[in-house]
Amino acid sequence: MSGVVGYIMTDLRKVNIDGAEIEVPGDYTLMQACEEAGAEIPRFCYHERLSVAGNCRMCLVEWVGAPKPQASCALQIKDLRPNRDGSPANILTSSPTVKKAREGVMEFLLINHPLDCPICDQGGECDLQDQAMGYGRVGSRFDMNKRAVDDKYMGPLVATVMTRCIQCTRCVRFITEVAGVSEIGLASRGEDAEITTYLEKSLTSEMSGNIIDLCPVGALTSKPYAFNARPWELEPTETIDVMDAVGSNIRVDSRGGRVLRIVPVINDDINEEWISDKTRFVWDGLGRQRLDQPFVRKNGQLMPASWDEALAVVAEKLGGDPQAIAAIAGDLACTESLKALMDLMDGLGVKSIDCRQDGAPIGSSTNGAPRQEYLMNTTIAGIEQADALLIVGSNVRHEAALVNARIRKSWIHGDLDIAVVGVPYDLTYDYAHLGETADALEALLKSTKGFARKLKLAKNPMILIGQGALARKDGAKIMRLCGKIAEKFGMVKDGLAKEKWNGWNVLHTAASRVAGLDMGFVPAKGGRDLTGILAGAKDGSVKTIYNLGADEISEELFGDAFVVYQGSHGDAGAHRADVILPGLAYTEKDALWVNTEGRVQMGFAAVPPKGDAKTDWKIIRALSELCDRTLPYDDLGALRAKLFADHPTFAGLNHAPGAEGAADFVPSKLGTAGKPLKAPLKSGIGDFYFTNSIARASQVMAQCSKECGGDAMISEGRK
Amino acid sequence: MVELLQDKDRIFTNLYGLQDWRLEAARKRGAWLGTNEILQQGRDWIIDNMKASGLRGRGGAGFPTGLKWSFMPKQVTNRPHYLVVNADESEPGTCKDREMLRHDPHLLLEGCLVASFAMQAHACYIYVRGEYIQERNHLQAAIDEAYAAGLVGKNACGSGFDFDIYMHHGAGAYICGEETALLESLEGKKGQPRLKPPFPANSGLYGCPTTVNNVESIAVGPTILRRGAAWFKSFGRDNNAGTKVFCISGHVNAPCNVEEALSIPMKTLIEEYAGGVRGGWDNLKCVIPGGSSVPLLPREICDDVLMDFDALSAVKSGLGTAGMIVMDKSTDVVAAIARLSYFYKHESCGQCTPCREGTGWMWRVMERMVSGEAEMREIDMLLDVSKQIEGHTICALGDAAAWPIQGLIRHFRPEIEERINNYRASKPVFVSQVAAE
Repeated sequence: MSGVVGYIMTDLRKVNIDGAEIEVPGDYTLMQACEEAGAEIPRFCYHERLSVAGNCRMCLVEWVGAPKPQASCALQIKDLRPNRDGSPANILTSSPTVKKAREGVMEFLLINHPLDCPICDQGGECDLQDQAMGYGRVGSRFDMNKRAVDDKYMGPLVATVMTRCIQCTRCVRFITEVAGVSEIGLASRGEDAEITTYLEKSLTSEMSGNIIDLCPVGALTSKPYAFNARPWELEPTETIDVMDAVGSNIRVDSRGGRVLRIVPVINDDINEEWISDKTRFVWDGLGRQRLDQPFVRKNGQLMPASWDEALAVVAEKLGGDPQAIAAIAGDLACTESLKALMDLMDGLGVKSIDCRQDGAPIGSSTNGAPRQEYLMNTTIAGIEQADALLIVGSNVRHEAALVNARIRKSWIHGDLDIAVVGVPYDLTYDYAHLGETADALEALLKSTKGFARKLKLAKNPMILIGQGALARKDGAKIMRLCGKIAEKFGMVKDGLAKEKWNGWNVLHTAASRVAGLDMGFVPAKGGRDLTGILAGAKDGSVKTIYNLGADEISEELFGDAFVVYQGSHGDAGAHRADVILPGLAYTEKDALWVNTEGRVQMGFAAVPPKGDAKTDWKIIRALSELCDRTLPYDDLGALRAKLFADHPTFAGLNHAPGAEGAADFVPSKLGTAGKPLKAPLKSGIGDFYFTNSIARASQVMAQCSKECGGDAMISEGRK
Repeated sequence: MVELLQDKDRIFTNLYGLQDWRLEAARKRGAWLGTNEILQQGRDWIIDNMKASGLRGRGGAGFPTGLKWSFMPKQVTNRPHYLVVNADESEPGTCKDREMLRHDPHLLLEGCLVASFAMQAHACYIYVRGEYIQERNHLQAAIDEAYAAGLVGKNACGSGFDFDIYMHHGAGAYICGEETALLESLEGKKGQPRLKPPFPANSGLYGCPTTVNNVESIAVGPTILRRGAAWFKSFGRDNNAGTKVFCISGHVNAPCNVEEALSIPMKTLIEEYAGGVRGGWDNLKCVIPGGSSVPLLPREICDDVLMDFDALSAVKSGLGTAGMIVMDKSTDVVAAIARLSYFYKHESCGQCTPCREGTGWMWRVMERMVSGEAEMREIDMLLDVSKQIEGHTICALGDAAAWPIQGLIRHFRPEIEERINNYRASKPVFVSQVAAE
C-alpha cells in the first residue's frame, strides 16, 4: 500500500480509529484506513487487485453507534456518518464485539474445513492457519460430520481439494476479471455452494496458476509442486523471468540445488502480482535435457570432451578468416554473455553478428537509429493512461501475457478502445478487427471514420507492433506504415512532463533482444545479418557459426558450416552443433536483463550450475584467451563496468525510459518505404507452451500444450 | 370492544376475488380514477403526501415509503431511474401479494405509475415469484389492458409522462426477494445479495438509481393520494399508520387474508376474522406474528399484544409481513422451528460465511433437539451460534434464520429441556401438554 503520499488530496476525511484520529481520502475503504492507522485487519476474500466481494466477513470492525459490525473491506470512508456531535466516526478494530465477530466467523469457516494440515501443501503459508491462530477460539463446538466436496479437474497445473475451500471466490474473480475467461464459478447455493469449472475441463487461461497464490487455503494448490516441500525448507531468490520479454519479477524457491517452484514478486510497473503459467511452471524443464559437459563431434558423433579440448577446437576455428565467421545470439542469452561474445567477435574482426534469430529488421541505437524505435515506449503501466490502442500483428495474450492482462485491465476500468490489424486472436477483450493484412494499415491512414476517428480524438493513442508484423521480409515496410500512422494520429507528443506521451511500442518476445539491440549485437558495416549468415552457410562462404543459444533456427539452415553451440539445453541448436559448450540457465547465473520497455533488471543465481556447465560469459572469456584476444575483464564487476562505460543505458537499473526521448523521435522515418506483401500478419508464436528450449524440455509444459495449447489456443477473436 | 375496519375504508376491495379482476371491473371499484390529476399535482406533492400518510414499507422491514422515494436523486442524469416492485413473495406464512396480483392487479399498476412518476422512473419492473403462475398471467393481462387503454406506455393517462412496465418471472429462490439479490437476478445474474452501501437509490439496477418496493406499499399509493394522507393516517397508532393486509394461517378455524387497521389487537384479529383458534383461545400455544423470520410469541403475550411495528418489536418480535402463523397446543413447536431452520438452510445463497455455514449447523442441532438427542449445554451453544450469525451477514437472511430459534429458546426453553431429559430417561418423546400453562 503506497499510503496517502502522492494521492490527489481533494477529499480528505477524518476518522477515529481505535482512539486515534487520522485523515484519509474519502474513497479509501475502512480496511485501508485501519491499515493506515496501523491496525491489522484479517481477511480472506479481500484482495487489492480484485473486485470487493465482502463475503468472508472476517474483516468486520465495530463502528460505534451502528447496530451491527461492518465489513471494513467494502465500506468507504465517505459513507461513514460522523457522530451526533459532529466528531469523526469512531471505529474499533479490537473491541470485544470485533473479537467475538472474528471468532465467530473463524469458527464457521473451520466447522467444515478438514483438519488435514499435515498433508496439505498450503501448510506453513496458509491464511486460514495463520488467522485461526491469531483470531480463532481454542476449540470447535461443532461435533457433527464435516461436509465433503468432490474435487474438480482444473487441468495439469492446479490441484484441487475442494473440501478445504472456504468459498472466498478469489479464484472466480481472478479468472473472470483479470484472466478474462469465465471458466470458474460458484455453483449451487447455501452450504452446497461449490467452486467449479462447470464442465470439469482444463482452464484455458495462460494465467491460471495465479489462482494457486490467491487461494487463501489449500483448496487450489500447484499440481507439479505437490508434496515436494514445505515453505520453510525453501531458499528464496528474487530474480527476473526470461520466458518472454516482459521481465516479470519472480521468486525462485529452491532446495538442495533444485528449483522447486517459481512465484511472482510484486512489481506494479511490470507484472503487478501475476505471472504467466509458463513463467510459473517451466521449472521442471530446468532439470531435463541439460547440457552438463562439453561435447565435440568426432566422426559425425557428438562425443563427451574436456573443457580444454572443446575450447581448443573452437579457438582453432575462430582463428580462421573473420569474413567466414559469424555469431548468432538466441532468446535466452544474458546481457553479460552477449557483451562478451560481441567483444570477442569485435577483437577477431568478425562483422557478421546478429541477435535477431527471427530476422526482424529492427536496428540498434549504435547504428544511428534511436533506441525508441524498438522499445515499448508507453511502458506496461502506461497502458492504463492510453485511450486508444492499435495492435498490429500480435497475439499479445501469448507473446506477453502480462501486457495483455494490463490491456484488459485498462479496457475494463478505463475507456480504452482497441483495434487489431492481423490475424484475429482471442485476446480476452473486445476489439475492432480492421483486417488481416497490411492493407488495413494503409486504409487506416487514409480513413477519417471508424477507428481512425477514435485515434484522432484520443488523448493518449498508442500502437503496439508485434514481432509477427516485423519478422518477415517486408517488416521494414510495415514498420514505415506503422510509423506514418503514429505520426498522423499524434501518438508521439513532446511537452511538459504530464503531456509527454510516446505511443510507439514494439512488443518483443525474446528476453535477450532489447539488450542485444541496445549494445549493438547486429551486423557491423559490411557484415551479414541473419539471412546473410544462413545464406553464407548454404553456399559455403560462412564456415564457422558461433551459436549462443539460438534454438529457433532449423538445423538444415546451417548448411555445412562448423557450428559452435553454447547454451543450457539439448534442443535444436545442440543437435546441429559440432562443439557444445554447456552454459547456464537463467536461474543459475547473476545477469542483467532488459525487457521490452527498455527496463534493465538484475537477476540472481538461485541454484548452482549443473555438472560441468560454466557461467556463459566466463566461457567466452576463457575462449578469448585461447584466441589471443583476451577480454579486458576478469570478474563480473569488471565486465559490467565495461558494459556500462560502452553502453550507458545499461547502468539505469529498473528504469524504463518511457516518453523521455519523445522530442527527438520521428516514427514516420523508421523502416523503409514500399508496398508490403499481401500475407496476413500472424503472430510468430504457434504454441504458447513451447517457445524456448527450457519450455520444450518441461513435461508440465508438454502436458499443458496437449490439453490446451496448440490449435486449441488459436481460437477466433471475439469480434 | 375494538372497532373493526369498515368496508368503505378498505383499499383492496377485491381481495377475495369475488369480482372480476380486469380493467373494466377495477375501474368500477375506483382504480385508475383521476390518476392524471394526481400526477398533475407534481412529484413533490406526491412524495410529501406519501410521507405525511405515515405509510411504512409492507415488505417486512417497515421503512417509511415516502422517505425511501425521496432518497432518489432529484435530477435524472445520464443514468435512468428505475422502480422495481418486489412481488417475489416467498416468506412462509405470507400470502397477501398473491391476492393483490391475481384479484386487484390494476391497483398495483396504477401505483407503479404514480410511484415511478414521483421518482422520474420511466421504466418499472415487477419481479414475480417463480411459483406464481396464475398471478403472473393475470398481471401480464392487466399490463396489456393498461397499455391498450393508454394508461401506461407513451403519454401514460394523458399526463405527458412516458412510462413502460415490464413483468419479470423469477425462478423460485427465496433469496431473490432480498432487494439487491432481486436486482442481481433481474440483471440475469445469480441471485446473491449485494453489499450495501451503495444503496439501490444510488446504484441499483444496472448501476442506476433504483427504488425497490413491496407490492402492497406500491398498490396502496394511489388510494392514499386520492383519499388524502390524513385519512390513511387516521388508522393505527402514531408511527404505525394505515391499513394493512394480514395473513392468518395455521390452527385457526378459518384461515384468511384480511385488510385491517394497524394496531388492532392480535386476539381480535384472530377471533373476528379467522374464526378463532382451533379449540378456543385457551388452546393457543404460540403465534409467529410476521412471517417465519420473526420470533414467535407465546400465548401470554398474544393475549393483549397489538399488531403493529412498535408493539411487536417491544415484545422482541416484529410485524414483518404480517403473515401470522397460529399454533395451538397440539403443535410440536420445536419441530416447527426446526422445519423453519431447514428452510433457511436450504435457501441460504451461500455467499457469506456465517449464513452459509451457520444455518446448516443450527438446523442440525435443531433436529437433534426435536428428537431429544442433544446435550443440555447445546441449548446455550445454539443461542450463541445464532447470535454469531445475526448481524454478521451481508443481507438479512442470517438474521431471519437466527430469530425464530432465539424466540424458541426465549419462550420454550423448558420444553426443549424436557425433551432432552425424556430422551435420557428413555421415555417416549411426546408433545408437552403443560408447557404453556
